[in-house]
Amino acid sequence: MRIVFKTDYMQDIRPWKDGYQLSLYLILLAFMIAAPYLVDDFYLGEITNVLVWAIAGLGLMVLTGHTGQASLGHAAFLALGCYANIILLEAGMPFMVAFPLAGLITGAVGVLIAIPALRMHGIYLAIATMAMSILTDDIIVLTEPWTGGVVGKFAPPVNVFGVMIDRWGTPKEFYWLILGVTVLITLGYINLLRAPLGRSFIAVRDSEVSAQAMGIDVARTKAISFGISCAITGLGGALMGLYATTFNNETFSVVISIQLLMMIVIGGLGSIHGAFFGAIVIGFLPQFLSISKEYVGAVFGGGTVAIPGLEFGVFGLILIVFILFEPMGIYGRWLKIRTWFELFPFYRKNMFKRKKSYLKTERVR
Amino acid sequence: MSLLDFQNVTLKFGGLVAVNDLSFSVEEGEVFAIVGPNGAGKSTVFNLISRFYDPYAGSIQFDGHDLLRSKASGVATFGVARTFQNIELFDHATVLQNLLVGRHRHRSTNLLSELFFTPSVRKQEIQNRHMVEEVIDFLDLQPYRDSLIAGLPYGVRKVVELGRALATGPKLLLLDEPASGLSVEETTDMRWWIDDIRRQMGITVLMVEHDMGLVSSVSDRVLAMADGARLALGTPKEVQSDPAVIEAYLGHVA
Repeated sequence: MRIVFKTDYMQDIRPWKDGYQLSLYLILLAFMIAAPYLVDDFYLGEITNVLVWAIAGLGLMVLTGHTGQASLGHAAFLALGCYANIILLEAGMPFMVAFPLAGLITGAVGVLIAIPALRMHGIYLAIATMAMSILTDDIIVLTEPWTGGVVGKFAPPVNVFGVMIDRWGTPKEFYWLILGVTVLITLGYINLLRAPLGRSFIAVRDSEVSAQAMGIDVARTKAISFGISCAITGLGGALMGLYATTFNNETFSVVISIQLLMMIVIGGLGSIHGAFFGAIVIGFLPQFLSISKEYVGAVFGGGTVAIPGLEFGVFGLILIVFILFEPMGIYGRWLKIRTWFELFPFYRKNMFKRKKSYLKTERVR
Repeated sequence: MSLLDFQNVTLKFGGLVAVNDLSFSVEEGEVFAIVGPNGAGKSTVFNLISRFYDPYAGSIQFDGHDLLRSKASGVATFGVARTFQNIELFDHATVLQNLLVGRHRHRSTNLLSELFFTPSVRKQEIQNRHMVEEVIDFLDLQPYRDSLIAGLPYGVRKVVELGRALATGPKLLLLDEPASGLSVEETTDMRWWIDDIRRQMGITVLMVEHDMGLVSSVSDRVLAMADGARLALGTPKEVQSDPAVIEAYLGHVA
């Protein structure tokens, strides 16, 4: 059992609890930086894919996990970020300018959309944002002169601090670029959560009436949350475009939106870890399935016949299992396992059980 | 001039008159209680002050501000804090986070500085924490700092909600049934706290309460309401012996 004695407010304000926890994360970071020398290029590409998904997941996590507003339209913002980045690059802008600008543009559009959309709640908001996601396909086709329509676009190599980087030519450098962006976004996210704005997101998620009574402007907070969420998603989309190298109107379909939402639910809503855990599941599941298919085929002699829809079937199954048995997602399960070890042998089975909740005030809307 | 001024306020929900031409004023530094049978419109008065409802007629002044011209989120910035009848805490956050949200109205940093957690944000956070620790000390909440609200017993939640309202550093504290659902000991604690809030912190308290023992022991003046209108206003003793109040609670003498 490890007990942290607190003698200073900074111990609660800084992101890590103690030196032990900090060193664990530093070791993880060291491994991530060293990854190109530890795994081959194929798996490095897969890890890159996971990180790109994690960035997109972090974007949705701000809105859904921390502010409590469901969105089934985030593929639209992935698309916007991706196309904005490429169009700015093609206009001759350097990547170091075009990339952040793509995020800002997506964030600004997000705020504009949020102002009417966030008047809706729950399922209605989900449907409205889903409609947006479905429209994206048509909008990309209609704006063909800029987006290339059905033919699509190719991602050019990008110049980062004088190093030319592209997905296939320089996989190591490409990985480090994505890792760097991931780390920066995660640090910003952590900072936000320990500052007043992040707390006001959580307040709006848990009780809008009392958030208002505490002086939080609910509509404004939601719009800011939507903007930040879209900006991060836009950056994720820009990187997704570079990773895919070629994309068209069908790349960012509504299926991606749904996958993104499922991802953060499986990972664990309301935690930064959740976005990463979810991304690992999403990123590695197809590879895991195709590898296990070979083993299964070898055992039963069925060969490696592709089963249509297998990936989504397994994915749906995982989602159902999590909603039934672990609504807090992988991160929730991880917390339980960690607590078990930390408190050994004092862990009790009902430690994480919610106490019966009490009647809520009639919501004033 | 009084701290809070209710002038001829009327609120209608369709044909139902919830608050009917109600006038009263709360003086600075007093404990003012509102009593009345269920459905008398007591909580509605609170929700009017919090700007959850727009009155049909009348005016509400607080400390020289016209509350009716402010947004719901603006009321807290003038220095009005409140608790709710059926506890409205942020369930999936810790006690500490809940109390820190109370400090939100003092926020002077913006999105950009918070994103980089600049030294000014750090300074503000330490300041916020310091104020919150004083509330924790005052209400004996030390054992619960890092517990999630969702796992706490009812009595503690009630205290946390009072703490969150105090953390805002208010001039006027609205307590909606502070003793409902509390045990005898907890009610006694609440009574001393309300007394201390007024005497030590100099905060004016406006409360809705059914427990007449608590009301008569802490409040300076009592407003009795029935059917959205004023029945009687005076010291607890005067109100309790007022024939109109007795009639409203017990009915006519046959």
